[in-house]
Amino acid sequence: MKKSVLLGTIAAVGVLAGAASAGTLDDVKANGVLKCGVSTGLVGFAAPDANGVWGGFDVTFCRAVAAAVLGDSDAVEFVPTTGKTRFTALASGEIDLLARNTTWTFSRDVDLKFTFVGVNYYDGQGFMVRKDLGVTSATELDGATVCIQTGTTTELNLADYFRANGMSYEPVPIETNAEAQQQYLSGACDVYTTDASGLAATRATFEDADAHTLLPEIISKEPLGPLVRHGDDQWGDIARWTLNALITAEELGVTQANLAEMAAGTSNPEINRLMGTEGSLGEMIGLDAEWAQRVIGVAGNYGEVFEANIGESTAIGLSRGLNAQWTQGGLIYSPPFR
Amino acid sequence: MAMADQTASGSFRLSMLIYDTRYRSMTIQIIVLMLFMLGAAWLVDNMLTNLAALGKPLGFRFLSDAAGYDINQRLIEYNSQDTHLRAAVVGLLNTLLVAFLGCVIATVLGVVIGVMRLSKNWIVARLMTVYIETFRNVPVLLWIVFSMAIFIEVLPQPNAFRGDAATASMLFDAFAFTNRGFYLPGPIFGDGSMAVVVVFLLSIVGIYFFGKWAKARQEATGEILPTFWIKLGILILPAVIVHFVMGQPITLEYPELKGFNFQGGIYMRNSLIALLVALSLYTAAFIAEAVRAGIMAISHGQTEAASALGLRPKRTMSLVVLPQAMRVIIPPLISQYLNLTKNSSLAIAVGYMDITGTLGGITLNQTGREMECIMLLMLCYLIISLSISMVMNIYNNSVKLKER
Repeated sequence: MKKSVLLGTIAAVGVLAGAASAGTLDDVKANGVLKCGVSTGLVGFAAPDANGVWGGFDVTFCRAVAAAVLGDSDAVEFVPTTGKTRFTALASGEIDLLARNTTWTFSRDVDLKFTFVGVNYYDGQGFMVRKDLGVTSATELDGATVCIQTGTTTELNLADYFRANGMSYEPVPIETNAEAQQQYLSGACDVYTTDASGLAATRATFEDADAHTLLPEIISKEPLGPLVRHGDDQWGDIARWTLNALITAEELGVTQANLAEMAAGTSNPEINRLMGTEGSLGEMIGLDAEWAQRVIGVAGNYGEVFEANIGESTAIGLSRGLNAQWTQGGLIYSPPFR
Repeated sequence: MAMADQTASGSFRLSMLIYDTRYRSMTIQIIVLMLFMLGAAWLVDNMLTNLAALGKPLGFRFLSDAAGYDINQRLIEYNSQDTHLRAAVVGLLNTLLVAFLGCVIATVLGVVIGVMRLSKNWIVARLMTVYIETFRNVPVLLWIVFSMAIFIEVLPQPNAFRGDAATASMLFDAFAFTNRGFYLPGPIFGDGSMAVVVVFLLSIVGIYFFGKWAKARQEATGEILPTFWIKLGILILPAVIVHFVMGQPITLEYPELKGFNFQGGIYMRNSLIALLVALSLYTAAFIAEAVRAGIMAISHGQTEAASALGLRPKRTMSLVVLPQAMRVIIPPLISQYLNLTKNSSLAIAVGYMDITGTLGGITLNQTGREMECIMLLMLCYLIISLSISMVMNIYNNSVKLKER
């Protein structure tokens, strides 16, 4: 009797556990809000403004997904995560989507059971030092004290780089970008290392930004992208094609300004398919026909989002470089909308 | 006899399990136990099912993989190619180091402050009250972050020691206090230094036997020897003499500014010091209260009796009051030691790589084995805490009131 109750309970739990892990799309729709993991504050990528409204390159992607799924780019609950807490937050279902300068690696994809939906920024790990230190190359950093954000790929790259070059260093592990900034500015570490984009963004917030320089060495490949949990392909598809819609829009010349005009119908069938005026792509992905219009309506296409948040006109001043469209010699490339 | 047996077994009915007071409590306990075990089984099963659903079944193989990350403070040899297990051990040793040093400092401070709070000197007593109340009533995490912030903002950078226009200088050319930590001269053990070390260890044994002898002598003759100075002499003199006889085999290495940092000597990292300062000051406040309670628990008559016998106040404290107060002090002291050890897991706030930082931090994050890492981590703290408890309980048994 007791035993069968126990077995029954176990079976019921098993069924419940199985049911709970399916259908992120339905969960998000039921909640009416997208829970999106972002960084704890990295200007240009994800940071709250003076009014507490989140903005930035990664934040805009969260808003685009919310617009596609819920029709409201403000229906996002931003969950600040550190390098250490982000994967647990995603795996446990605390967040539905993680857009936090996260490097796509084999083990994260395969072993941590996540699905990277694409690359929204091609980056590499760099070093920032004070100019008056007189260091011109990372190979001169033997014996330096280096601040690193713990729980990131940069930690592993750094160990590999210094080992490969036969140099020693003193790692100072820190939790968030803000702490790193404090330690670096007070001179408790000589070098701050993270993704070059992150360094540029951090430097932009310094009072004496010109007194700091990024060393020329980029010691790793850091393809950054949004990710979701394994096992829910539909949700992964939505995130992936939201990113692709932004990229394709730039390639096809759809901007926030001419969106209404394009949506009215054009002579280019791919634009029409993207806008939902031709074909049934929205239905295939489980959304309505105008989903991509809403995605682009949030803040424009990939190029516009880039320029507005981290581009050359901003304080961060990153050039497109590898992140230009493939037609412009970059690596940003979306599969066709067909 | 046979009749009684028969009625007892014959009249037993199932309902008696509830209505008969002889069985009722047993019945309830068994039911509660079953429910508890059922609940535990449900939780374990839920965990295993969900881990399997995530495709991450429970396993500890990752511990033998290369860790891939570096740790700044290592008490044993470690590099990024060693395993996660070894990284965890490095972290564990760092935890033990800060816990041990913290307990020692907190005890010394706590006893002194606790006694001082009872001082008849108004200023001293009030100052100690202020100290205790401020430290006890602010969370320890804030003290840790605060001491680190002061550390890195107030002390000079190593750069400030450089060049002709240096704004900071080393103390006696031997100690450098920078915002990256303290650099102290460190001993270098040359040939023949073994003899010095052996002699030093023998001196310690000698002190123990001298203490026993002096006590026996005092009890036999009533004469008091100046044991402190004699012990100090035994501790230092033989080792120093052998050191010079052997041709000074132990030399000091002084820290020197080379490249980015000071090199050589002993390096105490800012994270270790900040953590140690915050933890020991915080815990000392609690220990001081325990000490005060212990002393106040001893009836004033004891002090008066000691005075009547002609003992001076210092000796009254050390021979009459404190030994009795120990019985009251030790039990809360044990829990303060446990608190300090567990609070040391806040080390990550200042980047001190304790076991929470290695096994529960970077390893967890790089391998994605949350459940395994956290379980191991809990096991480690459990073992550390139980060991401290055990040692302290043995000590407690030796000082507690002997009832004969």
